[in-house]
Order: sequence, then structure tokens, then C-alpha cells
Amino acid sequence: MSQLALVIDLNVCVGCHACVTSCKEWNTSGTAGYMSDDRPYGEDPTGTFFNRVQTFEIGEYPNTDTVHFPKSCLHCEDPPCVPVCPTGASYKRPEDGIVLVDYDKCIGCKYCSWACPYGVRELDEHQKVMKKCTLCVDRIYDQSLPEAERKPACVMACPTSARLFGDVHDPESEVSIAIRESGGFALMPEWGTHPANHYLPRRKTQITIHKDELVRADNPLKKEGKLPKPDINEPSLDDVTSW
Amino acid sequence: MTVSTKQSGPANENVEVKNTTCYMCACRCGIRVTLRDGEVRYIEGNPDHPLNKGPLNKGVICAKGASGIMKQYSPARLTKPLRRKAGAERGAGEFEEITWDEAFALVEERLRHIRETDPKRFALFTGRDQMQAVTGLFAKQFGTPNYAAHGGFCSVNMAAGMIYTIGGSFWEFGGPDLERAKLFVMIGTAEDHHSNPLKIAISKFKRNGGKFISINPVRTGYSAIADEWVPIKPGTDGALFLALINEIINQGLFDREFLVQYTNAAQLVNMDERSDEFGMLVRTEIPEEEGCFDPQNKLWWDRHTDKAVITHRDGADPRLMGGFQLEDGTPVKPSFQLLVERVKEYTPEWAEGITGIPAGTIRRLAHEMGVTARDQKIELPIAWTDIWGKDHESVTGSPVAFHAMRGLAAHSNGFHTIRALSILMTMLGTIDAPGGFRHKPPFPRPIPPCAKTPDRPEAVKPNSVLDGMPLGWPAEPDDLFVDDNGGPVRIDKAFSWEYPLAVHGLMHNVITNAWRGDPYPIDTLLIFMANMAWNSTMNTVEVRNMLNDKNEDGEFKIPFLIVCDAFQSEMTAFADLVLPDTTYLERHDVMSMLDRPISEYDGPMDSVRIPVVPPKGECKPFQEVLIELGSRLQLPAFVDNNGKRKYRDYPDFITNYETEPGSGIGFLAGWRGKGGEKFMRGEPNPNQWAMYEKNNCIYHYELPKSFQYLRNWNKGYLEWSQRHRLTRYAEPILIHLYSEVLQQFRLAAQGKTIGKQPPPHLRKRIETYFDPLPFYYEPLEAQLSDKHRYPLNALTQRPMAMYHSWDSQNAWLRQIHAHNYLYMSPELGRKGGFDDGDWVWAESMWGKVRCMCRFSEAVEPGTVWTWNAIGKAAGAWNLEPTANEARKGFLLNHLISEELPSGTGGRHMSNSDPVTGQAGWYDVRVRVYKDDDQEPGSLPQFAPVAPVPGEEPRRRPWLAYFAGRRK
Repeated sequence: MSQLALVIDLNVCVGCHACVTSCKEWNTSGTAGYMSDDRPYGEDPTGTFFNRVQTFEIGEYPNTDTVHFPKSCLHCEDPPCVPVCPTGASYKRPEDGIVLVDYDKCIGCKYCSWACPYGVRELDEHQKVMKKCTLCVDRIYDQSLPEAERKPACVMACPTSARLFGDVHDPESEVSIAIRESGGFALMPEWGTHPANHYLPRRKTQITIHKDELVRADNPLKKEGKLPKPDINEPSLDDVTSW
Repeated sequence: MTVSTKQSGPANENVEVKNTTCYMCACRCGIRVTLRDGEVRYIEGNPDHPLNKGPLNKGVICAKGASGIMKQYSPARLTKPLRRKAGAERGAGEFEEITWDEAFALVEERLRHIRETDPKRFALFTGRDQMQAVTGLFAKQFGTPNYAAHGGFCSVNMAAGMIYTIGGSFWEFGGPDLERAKLFVMIGTAEDHHSNPLKIAISKFKRNGGKFISINPVRTGYSAIADEWVPIKPGTDGALFLALINEIINQGLFDREFLVQYTNAAQLVNMDERSDEFGMLVRTEIPEEEGCFDPQNKLWWDRHTDKAVITHRDGADPRLMGGFQLEDGTPVKPSFQLLVERVKEYTPEWAEGITGIPAGTIRRLAHEMGVTARDQKIELPIAWTDIWGKDHESVTGSPVAFHAMRGLAAHSNGFHTIRALSILMTMLGTIDAPGGFRHKPPFPRPIPPCAKTPDRPEAVKPNSVLDGMPLGWPAEPDDLFVDDNGGPVRIDKAFSWEYPLAVHGLMHNVITNAWRGDPYPIDTLLIFMANMAWNSTMNTVEVRNMLNDKNEDGEFKIPFLIVCDAFQSEMTAFADLVLPDTTYLERHDVMSMLDRPISEYDGPMDSVRIPVVPPKGECKPFQEVLIELGSRLQLPAFVDNNGKRKYRDYPDFITNYETEPGSGIGFLAGWRGKGGEKFMRGEPNPNQWAMYEKNNCIYHYELPKSFQYLRNWNKGYLEWSQRHRLTRYAEPILIHLYSEVLQQFRLAAQGKTIGKQPPPHLRKRIETYFDPLPFYYEPLEAQLSDKHRYPLNALTQRPMAMYHSWDSQNAWLRQIHAHNYLYMSPELGRKGGFDDGDWVWAESMWGKVRCMCRFSEAVEPGTVWTWNAIGKAAGAWNLEPTANEARKGFLLNHLISEELPSGTGGRHMSNSDPVTGQAGWYDVRVRVYKDDDQEPGSLPQFAPVAPVPGEEPRRRPWLAYFAGRRK
């Protein structure tokens, strides 16, 4: 069976939040919407987002890394949010592995958000239902969209193409290849949730210059008679050996 | 929720899809806007637009672009013309509605009187408006020299430093070729300069396995994914570049062939100190034609014949180093030799003490740059001909690319820093070559470009068009816009001896100068979308007082203040008259070749906006206001010979306006000629707008491959550019490694010239800072302040999810940045006895703010920084007065002065680069200490302003946006 998922490349994510707001604008007016905002123009504004970017630092100055970490529902293969749901509102689709919430059945009891070890569920304070990333299920199968656009809004938006989308059960898919070839990893595997979403790690490029590469035969200083050479007055072996 | 596979929504909904151009920042990506029942459902990147092609996906957009809905429906929208209530103070924001007819009548009467008497008493200054070609035209037609946009405090040093060196600049006019580069060095770049095009390019570069080095005091945003972060002390980048040049010269890692052929490195400089020509390039003869280009009458010292020869002579091979004597006895040196002498003392060890970067790291960086450039040459099989007629089989490039922006520009030593960077790039042979820096048409342009301001006060006359451009490119002292005493003619003193190359003006000094009446008082100040009462000014508290200050007779010192903006802001509160502008989704606009187009490396590109929704309330695009006023005032460009209005509206103006009658040059380059068969130049085409609309709102001309590279010296390109009137001449644009332009100003200061000379109190300053070779000096404020008391540099960065002050009224974006912290090394807390999150005071010699600190390991320990323009005045942008922006957020501008302490230049010198007038707002020095009472709340605070008539209520407990409201 298919398991749709996102693979997020931390090597190119610059933390721009394009995925955050493009998700919000697509979904607030879509089948998963609305996505409310409390105190939108007042103190401590807060609202529903299916996707958020967290930024944190690793290491101490000057060996510091700054990591931008986009996070949304990981569509676990073994989602702990599903069995805890008392009404069956939280479910995992067998055909594509997307974890969804049926708003008509949801009673807003929050069991699922307590069960989720990743903190990616968001209770809508006004509709009193639990909401979360749907992988834009209302885009990805929409035959009225050109095929290239049948992707989640965040994937379409990402300026660095840090977000890949596809079937992680298909070993030849772009996402499976990326996980395999680029060191893809899942979050907190010790929980046994088998998240479908994966992350690709930072990969650093270095330049190595061997000493003998620095000065080349066609060094332009030669033409000016300025090729670096030792001062004539520096001591030499020739001065001190005489047998 | 029931999920089906067909999710387009109810079948009867009215869905429309329209293309236009984004304006959530200055990048101007193409957007596709979906409307449902007339409301904006979705804004996405137009997948058919060249700016939006991601490495793997098309139609990308950023956080701001995707939040355009919340801008469109923001409660801060101004919807009616407003007049300050009689008796109300400026800044209180108390207004009454008036009609557009009343507003126009009021402005017309006032401006007509000014134009009939003294046009310079009207000043027009604009923010990041993207329509400088039309605002500049209005100012010129009105006859006032007092016009500029915000470039003077944005990044004019970047534009001027590079254009005066290589004939082009970063961002709109050029950038790094990251498709082919192997090493990318990014220095001092704010996270939105630029936005998606740079993100896309960096991502491609990383995927291709190149090495990305970020040199920046702070590691955020783009720097986060750099392969190496090199922290540097702010304002010291020039020292780093000079040390890199030193090491590259010492190791012989420079591209000799490139320097010889394409720059003035081998040209001989007169070294006779007694001569009035000292420091000038030696010339052989007077050129037949004089114009805005470098005549090819300079000399090389040929190594074969050991004699001086005219440059680019067949078979000649010039010396780059050494000293020689001409036949007449004149001592000469190649300008490169002078550079060698200049950087001799600028060793990596010297730079370590200034920049904080270990000398070993500086050497390694120089080696990585030099060896990559030398050993990984790119050769493209593209035949081309150089301007001297020599055919080349291929185009070669060195795959080392740079990008830099405000971190270099916003220091008072930025011009020379950027000259040094341009020279470093040149030494590596990376100018307009694959893998390096690439120009975007209309650049390269001559060094400097041809446009000039008037050069005398008589150019400003009642009832007359200004005789010259309001902004231009001085090439010599005689081009300065000064009076007989060497005093300034412009209100901002641009193009005077104080700031001779102030090519973008000094908007940051306009209010202070006008308030003081120095050089003269003005009558009416028209501000278009610039927040000069808040984040777009320095010394904010005092500037707000100046705006409200009165003479003894009770009249305001700046008598009439008009503000045009789409949103209520700190600035609008001070206006006497507020004109409600439209949003970008409601209007026509052009991204014109006459201004800053969106050209690509491969050829010119311009674009348009076409309205996707009707204007809200009584909003009117600012361009329509200008055309209406221009017509009423009978400014020549806007009326026919009988004084009758010439253009129906702005779209009609864009279609039919020509720079001069029959010139065939207008605002839009595409589909010119009667049937749209021409481009760049051709008669007006009545269907031009429709043709843009059909083509994703852009016109893009891809140059033949052989015209795409090395354009400073590419015969095919230069002649193409001349034929299509991008440039007047098809002459080589040799890189000014050595700047004769600067030397001429220095000679004037030394009294060695017959033309204009600086007044006595500025001679020393001009002589010092108009050095023909880059040099390092400590930023001016640091030179004049107590560094022991104020040991830290304070900076702002711009977050990727906000642009200027524009987005605090955006319900989604403000959830990402509702307030700001002062980021700093934990070491400062340990020393100062405060913890992460505590309230602290940040104090400069000019003022202090109370703010929350946040410890960070990603900042150079001598630097503190915050996000720019997140803090807001209470009630501004129609936020509730208790909003985080006002209560927890703060504005660093309170610590920065628009003027320097009294020093060598005298009193009231701008806190700016002495060459360009670029505001030195990254120079400020502070100390940080714990606030003992720890009462929550940022300081200073300002009396809350009330909503204005026509705004929607701000107090909404919650919002549930659903386009079309059917749910």
C-alpha cells in the first residue's frame, strides 16, 4: 500500500516560513478550514497552523550551527493519535497512509494531542475540533489541477525545494531515493511510531588545498619578477658544509 | 470533514484566476491569484514566471507572498482621504474625512503657488516604491531638485561602490551566477536582499556540491546553511577584503590576463607630485569625441619594448608592477603597483586585530578563492568578439561568486569597503563571466553612468522644468550641484561637497534639515510610503518632535505634510493630509527599464501589475494622484501644447509616454511599435498592456549567447545595447580598479584644479575620503565616540517573513514575529548579571531603549542585534495599543543619530558615508545592562493613536478567514 509523506531537506531549508503561510492560505479556505486566529490584531496573537518552523542553535560560539526545522504531522505508520480517539474521528487512510481527522466525529477531547509525541495537532479554539496537516488531500487528487500542481501547498511554495512529496513505500520514488541516498532519518524512532515523514541531514562541503597547489608554474608574479623566493641573505646549507 | 477525491469546492462557486506581480517585498515575483466569489482564495507563485522556478518545483512563493490575503484585508487599510483636524497636534492621528476633490484642490493650490515662486520648497521623498521613474519624472517636471527614494539609507553604498568600479551592482542590476559557481561567498546580507531568487540560487548551488561561506556577525537565515560561517566584527569587512587582496597578490593568485585586458590595472599613473596631473592616468592625446565614456588614450608600459605604448596595442604585454619614466621625464607607475603598495600594510595579521578573524583563516579564504578561480576555470564554447575586434573561441570564467548587501553598505566606510570587494572580485576574473558576478541589463553602464543632475542653483526656476535629473552620477567635481560658495542646492545636501556621490539622495536628513531650515526651509513635504516617523528614520524621538515643532508665529516648521500610503502607520499620524493608496492587488504598475527592472543575466526583462480586485473604499493609486496633479499644474509632460490633460489615466500614460517626443523609449520595453512588433524602442502600442497580460505580465528578451558574457567589453553586446538605446556609446567599460573619478575630487580639494573646489572646512575631508584606491578606516561614529563606554556594535537584521515595517498589520505574519528581542552572547549576561529573557537597557551616546534580551551562540560576541522594524508605536498599523509590537517590541532606531557628533566636517554633518551619503545606521555603538526593576514593557512608549475614519475596527477577538464566506 502507498504511504504518502514529506521528506524535508535540512541542508537547504533557510527557515523562510513560505511553507507555513502557504499552508495556512490554502487550508483556511479549503476543506480543512477555516483556520482561526485569536487576537489577530491584539496582544499575544495565536492561531491554527498545520506547519511551523522552529529555529534552534547547536554548539557554542564560534562553532555554532543554526538549524531551521519545519514540523507538521508526520503521518506515522503507527500513529499513536488514532487508537486513543474515543469516537473514531482520528483515522489513518489505508489507501495512502494519510492521517486525518473527521471533524463531524471529533469532540475536541484532545486525547490525540496528548498521545502525539511530536506536538503537531492543533485544537481549533472556535470550532472545538482537532486539526492537523492533511498533506493537502484536497489538492493532491484534484483532477482539475495540472498534474505538476497536485502536491501539498507547502511543497509547491518552498523556494529552496527543501520539501519533497511522494510515496515512501515505493522504493523508486523520489522520496525513497532521497531517504536512501542522502541519509534520511525519522524523528524519535524510539517511540515506535514509524513516522512516514523523514528529514535529510545537513551535509557540508569543504575545500582542500594542498600546499603544492598554491603556486603554479604560470604564476603571474613570474612575469613581474616577483615570484616568492627566500631572501638571499637567509642562511643556507651551502654556507656551512665543507667536506 | 468528509474527504473526497474532488475537492475544488461547490460547483456553483465563482472561481477566477488572474496573474499579476507580487509586492510583498521588492523581488517582484510573478503571482497567480485565485479569487472565489471576488475574494482572494489563494496566492501562489506563477509557475510560468522565470523568477519562480525552484530547483525542483515551479511556482515558488515566500512567506510574505503567501500572506498577501491578510494584507489585502488588513484593518489598517486607509480608505478615505483625510485631513488633520483643525487644532489637533501632528502625531495624534486625529483626522476628518474629505473628498478627493477637496484633497486635490488643496494640494493643487498649494503646489501651484510653490511652483510659481520657488519650486524647491516642494520636496517629494518616497520609500521602497518601485516607481521611481514616475515619481522622479514628476519632481523634474515640477522643477524641484528635492526628490529621492529611500536608497540613501538602504544600500546606496552597494550601488555606488560597485557601479563606480565595475559598471554594475548586486541585486536588480547583477548578481552571483550560482548555477556555475563552485565557491560562493556571501557577506553581510540581510535575509531579504534578495528573497526568493537568492534562496532558489543558493539551494541549486548547495545541491551541486559547491562550498558556501557566509561572512557575517550573525548566523541566521541563509547563513544557517552555509558550509562555513566566518563571524566578523561589524564595519570591518573592508579590512578583511584588503587583507585578502594582499594575500592574493603575494601568492600570485590574481588573474593577470583579466586585469590587463579588462581593467585599468596596467594603465600608467602620473607620479609627479608637483604636477596638477598627479595621480591621474597619463593620456596620449585629446580624444576626437568627448562623452560619457572612457576614451582609450591611456598608456601601458610594454615589457617587450620596455616603453610606454597605447593600451591594447597588438602584441604589447604590459607591466603590472614597477615604476618607470616617460620620455619627458614624468615618473609613472601602473595603477596595480599602487594597489600593491596600498595593501602592503594590510596583512592578514593586521586584519585579524580589526575583524576578529584569525589570520590563518583569512589566508585560507584567500587561497580557496584564488585556487578555485584559477584551477577550476569554466570554458563555454561560445564564440564572441571583444570591443577591440579580437575574436574569441570561447567564454571563460572563474567559478567564485560573491553576494553582499546592507551589512557592507550601511556603514560610513561602506563605499571603500565595497570598492575593495569589487576589486577582489575583479582580481579573480569573475566580472560578467560564467560562475562569477553577472550583469543584468540595462547594466553594464559607463563608469559612471551618463545621467547628471544640474550643476548650478539657477537650474531651479519658477514655472520651469528642472534643468537636469533630480538624481545623477557625478563624474567630476564640476558635476556637483552646488552654488558659487560650494554650498548645497538640495534640501538633503546630496551632490554637494558634504556628500558628493550621493546618487540616491539622503532621505534620512530631509526632515532634520527642513526643520532647521538648513540650507533653507521648505513649504510642502510629500512622503510616499515611507515610515519617516518610525523605522525609516534615525533619531526617531527627535524627528517626531521636529515634525510637530512650530515657529514662534505658531506655524509648523515644516508647514505642510502630505503622506500617501495604503496603511495607517506612525507616519500617517503626522500628516496634514493623508491620501489612501491602493494595495498591489488593486492597481496597475510597471517594473520599468527606466527604473529597476527584473532583468535576468541572459537579457532584459520588465513586468507589470494588473489589478485582480477593485480598489477598496476610495483608494486611489499614487500614480493616478501624480498624473492628476501633473495635469492640473500643467506640468509639460502631462499636458498637450494647449495645456490640456494628455493622459486619461496611468495605464494610458504608460502606453503613450515617451522620454522625448518620438524617442520610442517608454516605461515598458516589450511589444512596442504599433502592432507590438518592436522591443526596447518603438512607437507606443495601444495594446501593450493586453500583450503583457497574455504573457504572464512580463517581457523577457533573451540575448544571443555570444552577447551574454563579458559585456563590459563585448562588441556584440555593446553595439546591441547602443542600437537599442540602453546606452549612448558602444565603448569599452574598463573596470576602475584605480578610480580617477575619486582622484579628481582629491585634486580639487588640494587646490590643483581650475574647476569647482570644496569650501575650506571640507577640504581635508574630501582629500581624505576621495582616495583613488580603497582604504580602511574605522566607521565615523566609532572614531568620535567613547568605545570604552560603548563597547558593543548594535545591528538589525531583516527576517524573511517581514519586509520593512509593512507586515505587522498582517494577521498571519505577525504571529511569526510579534515582538523582537535583543540577541547577544550569553557572555554579556554573565558579565552583566542578567539572564536570558531579562529586561535590559541598551544605551548609545544618543539614547536608550528597554528591551528583552535573548542569549545566542550564533552572534559575534562584540555584537548585539535585533530584527528590524518589528517594534511599533502603540495604535499604529491599527493594532491594539496592547499589541506585542508596542509593548514588548522595540525599535533600535532610537539609539541611532541622523547626525554625527561635531567633528572635522563641522556641525550637523550627516551620520553617513562621506563619499555617498549612505546612512551609517549599522555604525551605532552601545552598552547593555540589566534593568533593575524588571517591570515588563519596552521603552520608550508613545501615546497611543486612535483608528482613523474609514479604517475597520481593530478590536476583533478572533478571525476565521474563508474566501467567499460560503462555509
